[in-house]
Amino acid sequence: MPVLADSQPWIQWSWVRSHPGELWHDVAQHLDLTLIAVAVGLVISLPLALVVWRWRRWETPIYGIEGVLFAIPSLALFAFLIPITGLTSTTAEIGLVSYTLLILTRNIVTGLRDVPADVRDAAEGLGYGAGRRLLLVELPLALPTIIAGIRIAVVTTIGLVTIASLIGAGGGLGFLIQQGQQNDFKTQVVLGCLLSVVLAAVLDGLLVGVQRAVTPWVRRGA
Amino acid sequence: MFHFLGNVVDWFGNGSHWSGSNGVPSLLLGHVEIVVYSLLIAAVVALPIGLWLGHTGRGGFAAINVTNVGRALPAIAVLILAAQWLGIGRTPALVALTLLSVPPILTNCYTAIRGVAPEDKDAARGIGMTGMQILTRVEIPASIPLIFAGVRTAAVQAVATATLAGFVAYNCLGTLINEGVSANDHTELFAGALLVVALALITEYGLGAVQAAITPAGLRAGAAGRRRGGLRLRAADNPIVDPTAR
Repeated sequence: MPVLADSQPWIQWSWVRSHPGELWHDVAQHLDLTLIAVAVGLVISLPLALVVWRWRRWETPIYGIEGVLFAIPSLALFAFLIPITGLTSTTAEIGLVSYTLLILTRNIVTGLRDVPADVRDAAEGLGYGAGRRLLLVELPLALPTIIAGIRIAVVTTIGLVTIASLIGAGGGLGFLIQQGQQNDFKTQVVLGCLLSVVLAAVLDGLLVGVQRAVTPWVRRGA
Repeated sequence: MFHFLGNVVDWFGNGSHWSGSNGVPSLLLGHVEIVVYSLLIAAVVALPIGLWLGHTGRGGFAAINVTNVGRALPAIAVLILAAQWLGIGRTPALVALTLLSVPPILTNCYTAIRGVAPEDKDAARGIGMTGMQILTRVEIPASIPLIFAGVRTAAVQAVATATLAGFVAYNCLGTLINEGVSANDHTELFAGALLVVALALITEYGLGAVQAAITPAGLRAGAAGRRRGGLRLRAADNPIVDPTAR
């Protein structure tokens, strides 16, 4: 990384005003990569979580494998994938999805386990089978914990997309940072960082809103 | 594939990769050094605050939220912004790593102390202990595993974030990965990644073993001490703390 000239302002606003398209493009790509990773992560985690919840003996192997993936620093994981999948968004996505797994699986399992036994009994008493009970009673009651997991997965992923695009795997705000370093232009470096922070904060806030909207009973204290 | 792995083995066998300022020992040392320093500073700052907030029960909102904010802050952004402010090299790496290590240590310490069973504290007060004695003889011993869990989380996170310090020209194991990317040298890239993963896993599972070893017998699940009414932990004994920095 070149030493950036100290004389440069942190953000040169005239550049920002003349390049809205470029900024938006990077933000949009960043969002795309993040949302795809969390969506794919959910699709994989839900069945894994159901297995752990239903058969406890699967907890140790599934959490164990996910835990090892989670413990690998992202830059190293991307580096492992580059010889195989190259500097592509596939490399980024494989890495990103693998980090969401532990977060999402654990939160889904915790949410399902916290469903009170008497609620489950009541559903059974009403003649609900296992499938209907899961869909209509247990998953909705687990929703606050599940959304809490999605929040963590989303903000974590946003930071990781920045790292992936900084080394050139997939697009996003890291690309802006890398451009700034190449051109010795502080504005791009600072904006790439700041927009990553803002994006994480905004999505986190939005998900808090979603959490409240879809689980009104939590706030009513029922 | 075997050809590639053979290259990686050769890379490790090449003596020139083991000497000089860009050799593996020097990069590993730089990596470990920045992690240890930042953890020490963060612990010195965060533990007294966590103990005090937990003991007095004040500032819980702040103690919990510092982690939520810390979690939402992308480590790479903190690191690079620090470099814009302080210049490249060791200083921004140390500042960023310390900043990111404070939240998990502080929150876990606060939660641990708050989670000590009220009846244990009442009993301590009943036999005439002062506030300070309750803290040092009841609350801290009962909280050691959870407090350590916070330090462990911060350590694992710091090892990962230190990898990124190569981006601000600090010499660490991440330097090998960055060089490998820019030179399109997959062998060096892979070798660097292997070293980083080894260090990360040793940190995670090594500190996990330490945590198990320092957990007082009375606090272990199903321990006789618990049945006899020994110290109990109220807070989740399995805190979900999710480092942003991977």
